[in-house]
Amino acid sequence: MKSPTARRANPGTPERVDENRLRWIKEKPRRRGRFSDRTLSAIILSPAMTLILIFVYVFIAITVWVSLSNWHTMKIDMSIRDPLGATYGQMFMMPRWHANLRNVFIFTALFLTLSIGFGLLLAILLDRKLIGHTIFRNVFLFPYALSFIVTGIAWRWIFNPETGINILIDGLGINKLIQGLGGPPLHPGWTTDPAVLFSLNNWLGALFPPIKSMSIQLGIPMALIPVIIAAAWQLTGFAMSMYIAGLATVPHELREAARIDGATEFQVYTKVVIPQLNPVTVSTAIILGHVSLKIFDLIFAMTGVGPGFATDVPGIFVFEMTFKATRYNLGAAASVIMLLLVSLIIVPYLWANMRKR
Amino acid sequence: MSILPLGMRASLPRKPRDFVILGFLILCLIFFLMPIYVMVVTGLKEATSVSLSTMWDLPSRLSGGGFMEAFQRLRPNMGNSLMIAIPATIISACWGSVNGYLFAKWKFRGSNVLFALLVFGMFIPYQSILIPLILFLEFLKIYGTIPGLVVVHVIYGLPIVSLIFRNYFANIPDEIIEAARIDGAGLVRIFTKVMLPLSLPAFVVVSIFQFTNIWNDFLFGVTILPNPQSQPVTVALNNLSGSFSVDWNVVMAGAITAALPTALVYIFLGRFFIRGLLAGSVKG
Repeated sequence: MKSPTARRANPGTPERVDENRLRWIKEKPRRRGRFSDRTLSAIILSPAMTLILIFVYVFIAITVWVSLSNWHTMKIDMSIRDPLGATYGQMFMMPRWHANLRNVFIFTALFLTLSIGFGLLLAILLDRKLIGHTIFRNVFLFPYALSFIVTGIAWRWIFNPETGINILIDGLGINKLIQGLGGPPLHPGWTTDPAVLFSLNNWLGALFPPIKSMSIQLGIPMALIPVIIAAAWQLTGFAMSMYIAGLATVPHELREAARIDGATEFQVYTKVVIPQLNPVTVSTAIILGHVSLKIFDLIFAMTGVGPGFATDVPGIFVFEMTFKATRYNLGAAASVIMLLLVSLIIVPYLWANMRKR
Repeated sequence: MSILPLGMRASLPRKPRDFVILGFLILCLIFFLMPIYVMVVTGLKEATSVSLSTMWDLPSRLSGGGFMEAFQRLRPNMGNSLMIAIPATIISACWGSVNGYLFAKWKFRGSNVLFALLVFGMFIPYQSILIPLILFLEFLKIYGTIPGLVVVHVIYGLPIVSLIFRNYFANIPDEIIEAARIDGAGLVRIFTKVMLPLSLPAFVVVSIFQFTNIWNDFLFGVTILPNPQSQPVTVALNNLSGSFSVDWNVVMAGAITAALPTALVYIFLGRFFIRGLLAGSVKG
């Protein structure tokens, strides 16, 4: 960033001159008040900033302290546990925590792929402004207005293995077809199924032997799939809206020019429009990514920890350790890891956004 | 809606490809409406006719289904949610408008850094501040009370609300401020006489966005209000769905009841809703 004096010394373009003039007008000392307006601005902001300092930054520091402390019963004990960070060491030895990390990463990867992929596809299809496009768009975004608790309850009922989707599978004759081909009838247990699909343990274990002795399967937990579908149902509309707003900024001339140059309709999008939307994709991925790293309500209402911790995530782990097991240091340690994961994607994003201004 | 270029009319499908697109969109429409269909249909059934095998069927006769019981059970909590969401929305909108105005138009040394520190607050997982928050609320003797939760929502709503207002005020030309200054107005008078009258759309966007967020909140509600009588409707709904003595038709009717206020806001004020959602993506 340039310093104000450097800018004043170089009044190159007319725009700069205006800016300098405005700066002069704003900085002109006032007669009536005791403070300059810029000082007044800082003074008026200070209560809000003080509260944020306490409720965000001081509280995070206290949580870090708790995570390093001996506090693991109802009785508050803020003495530092020896050796330093022992609670983290203990947590990273827990198979349940391994399952948590696996689940949150699988959830984030699949949920982002689904919601961003379909969000982009729907935005492009609606971009043709075919009849009814506003109705389609409003319906696709509607779930975003609902609470995760409502979404979780509705989808839990739909994925109940005794009813819902499994009745549809029977009713649409899919099972007759499979049996006709000699296969066993399909009756997935969905959220009650502890199976882990596409387990990579043996394969990864060949590359890195310690993985063979891991107590959890590295793969996609079956029970997590319904939760991913429910989350995508709720948030695909958000991605779509981001892309619709982005598409509105891509000039129509650009597309026309590509068409005149002989690009097919498919190429117009893959070669011209979608590259223009890259910043939108980054914003959407970061916002949805941080939502999914923090995911709590949806899973809490839909499956809880799931069979064999198949749908357990750090958000639920923190809640259970802190408010049910009263192991405050362990809950705090897990929440610090959550904060680090979120910061890893949010801090660079904010940094880039603030520098652009 | 506002985010679409003006003058664009919907066109009828002509080419075969257009029919394929329409067909696909209709399939998506069915998928997106399916959970809503299930909720409505199950909620309208009588307890005796809710069976696992007839989940997809329409109710055999028209009746209130589970709605009477669901409404009776959730009504106190709907009231709590209103008593939490309305004051918290109004306070954070007013306060955030001041912050947004100052961050947009009265920058001082370090104000951009302060703004970044403020905005970071909206991304943190609230799990990582819950323990000190509860201790602090206990110290202030407002833990477990509805005003306590209002305070929490106001404070943690400040980042997003200030952000939306800052983006809104940043788009108002500096020349307007310049003119007001030449006329002798200061920071406060420029805000009350010039900026506030221009900011009604931003207030609508922020209010809708905050009301929806606070109404849909679950984590703060369940941790800060342990007493079931004062819990918001999301927590009550979750308790309802977790108790084995309650039938599915009541749970589904309850889910619709709890979702109704934000759904109505979306249906009638959708375009402001979209603007809030886009403004929340930092850039605006």
